[in-house]
Amino acid sequence: MNFDLTDERQMLQDSLRRFLTDRYTTQVRNDILNSDTGYSTEIWAQLAELGIIGALFTEDQGGYGGAGFDIAVVFEELGRAGVVEPFLDSAVLGGGLIAALGTEAQKTLLEQVIDGSLLLAFAHGEPASRYDLSHVQTTATIQDDSIVLSGRKAVAVNAEAAGFLIVSARENGAVMDQDGISLFLVPADTPGLSLRGYPLLAGGRAAEVELDHVTLPASARLGVAGQAYPVIAERAAAASVALAAETLGAMETATVLTRDYLQTRQQFGRPIGSFQALQHRMADLLIELEQARSAVINAAGHLEGEPHQRDLHIAAARNLVARTGRLVSEETIQLHGGIAMTQEYELAHIAKRITMAEHRFGDADHHLEQFIDLSTA
Amino acid sequence: MDLSFSAEEQAFRAEVCGFLADKLPPELAQTVRDGRGLSKDNYERWHALLNEQGWLAPNWPKEFGGCEWNAVQRHIFEDECCRAHAPRIVPFGLSMLAPVLQKFGSKQQQDHYLPRILSSQDWWCQGYSEPGAGSDLASLKTKAVRDGDTYVVNGQKTWTTLGQYANWIFCLVRTDPTVKQQAGISFLLIDMDTPGIEVRPIILLDGTHEVNEVWFTDVRVPVENLVGEENMGWTYAKYLLTHERTNIAGVGFSQAGLAAVKRLARSQMHRGRPLIENPHFAARVARVEIDLMAMSTTNLRIISGAAKGQAPGVESSMLKVKGTQIRQEINDLARRAAGVYAMPFASEGVEGSNEAPIGPEGTTHVAAQYFNNRKLSIFGGSNEIQRNIIAKVKLGGGA
Repeated sequence: MNFDLTDERQMLQDSLRRFLTDRYTTQVRNDILNSDTGYSTEIWAQLAELGIIGALFTEDQGGYGGAGFDIAVVFEELGRAGVVEPFLDSAVLGGGLIAALGTEAQKTLLEQVIDGSLLLAFAHGEPASRYDLSHVQTTATIQDDSIVLSGRKAVAVNAEAAGFLIVSARENGAVMDQDGISLFLVPADTPGLSLRGYPLLAGGRAAEVELDHVTLPASARLGVAGQAYPVIAERAAAASVALAAETLGAMETATVLTRDYLQTRQQFGRPIGSFQALQHRMADLLIELEQARSAVINAAGHLEGEPHQRDLHIAAARNLVARTGRLVSEETIQLHGGIAMTQEYELAHIAKRITMAEHRFGDADHHLEQFIDLSTA
Repeated sequence: MDLSFSAEEQAFRAEVCGFLADKLPPELAQTVRDGRGLSKDNYERWHALLNEQGWLAPNWPKEFGGCEWNAVQRHIFEDECCRAHAPRIVPFGLSMLAPVLQKFGSKQQQDHYLPRILSSQDWWCQGYSEPGAGSDLASLKTKAVRDGDTYVVNGQKTWTTLGQYANWIFCLVRTDPTVKQQAGISFLLIDMDTPGIEVRPIILLDGTHEVNEVWFTDVRVPVENLVGEENMGWTYAKYLLTHERTNIAGVGFSQAGLAAVKRLARSQMHRGRPLIENPHFAARVARVEIDLMAMSTTNLRIISGAAKGQAPGVESSMLKVKGTQIRQEINDLARRAAGVYAMPFASEGVEGSNEAPIGPEGTTHVAAQYFNNRKLSIFGGSNEIQRNIIAKVKLGGGA
């Protein structure tokens, strides 16, 4: 048994933490949050150059990592600094789907994804699908040599900045069937594709995606017709590792800020951290934080495993981290008092990142149900 | 024991409902129902309609133009206003300052200020908290030094709610730094147009501007603006805080919020069925509804006692803690119900824009409200301070 990071991952963690501590200050981040693009092209390029995107792909794919533990190391650091740049959407999801399903020709895009010059987005969820991965109503129909997509995609994160959208659509079967779903590589300028973009509460941007008879060549399909579901589920699991690790990192920052504040804020002539009632609440948060760390390790360690075991551990981690995340974000705000309610204070953004992560790929209840289904199956 | 309202009380409720049906502008109710921010005009319009009816000051004695309703009547009124999605009555002048003036103010102050509160001629804000004086309010440092027939005020107040709309502020200031903290505080009324006052916005984590910092630099305030006696301000402030505690449980807000959660959960689909039918979500809703039913009765027990002249004591603190827990739980359920549509930032929620909402009806503001209402357990005496009060009274020890 060994819970140490490998030397390579330790170096990755150190260099990413150093870069973000130096460069991703609260002021820089607040400027990014107020920008029209919702992310910094400069920071993105610098992090790509540092190899952070490459860490999310295997050597075969052109990177040098790509395993669950690589994802966990990177996203814990991103979470610690409250980073809003689209690593999840462009690399883990977009790039990951192309890497898993693409032809050699399609996979040539990965080089640009890894060097940061091409951004991607995954347009999968729909207004009625909630967190159900097989709920796809958007249709793909074959007309002569072409494929025509029609439907609507909900809250497609990073869609406006993406050079290609990876769009899921149904080629056959009923709305909730796992069979019959395909993925398509859709260039952003394809006629019939329209986006309504908007900022997200926790930073970054997303769009409602309208597909009105979007006509594509057959070569736009990723993988075998109607057989994309297992890969979607695998990438959703990878995304869940990323989100759980990001939340873990954000919770670390939230508790550090709170510890520092308890030690410095004076009321009634002494630091508020000297009150036992508050000390105990802080202690409870630290207990839960270690639970969350172990849950993330469990999930990351099973990402390459057999799908049933993988999904069981992912569901467990996301349920636990969602519960812990709510506790930590609410309690750290409360322990601070009014200052944590202000937009410019670091914790406000961190608490929003923690809370909003629960709204991607399933909240606590969704993962509880997944866990029950998988553990009784 | 009899859990029903009397015939008179039921008749009163019917009268309130009739008024709301006739006079509450539907577009104003819709704004409240959507959880959008209210403008100064929105509030003033509602105040004017209530004032016309003679119902703007439910808690004031009749001699000052109030309704002099008892606690049960006030509860019924607040309950129906929440149910109808009426804007809240802005409390600073009407239910915070006015009771202090009525009890401790001079005849001249009463005659001058009270009618101007009713007519909305004056918009008051509260100058209590300071950057270094939150839960420990008595440690406040803003000082007022007597110079002839004026006080010269220097210092900073913070968390001043809707201070950007106010033309007057009531302040706690230090007039004697040499004595025990509580004994050196005075209660001053200050015209916001006086030179030396600067209001700076504080933007909250949901992007809204509802609180401010108010800075005082050599602000000259006539001595006749002192309420009561010099250095007696802490006594008046405590009196004011007991009045701030009316409707502290927020039962009406919780009931309206819970109804909204159920509406949303009926329209949102989960695995092909309405979310409300999902056992996990339904259990969450049921638990908070059970808590709310019990708290509603606790609230009525205390109100009923108050109507018979019993002063609420530690029960106010209990209601504040439980009431805010329930409201915050309901906000959490609403963001859960919205699913992925909790993620968009609704800039149109902040003020005025007419952009079409992004997600389904009822999802637009739920996440922002969830974050905004974290304030409920922080302001008006944090829940930790309320627990200190409960422990002090019930356990007899120090705080």
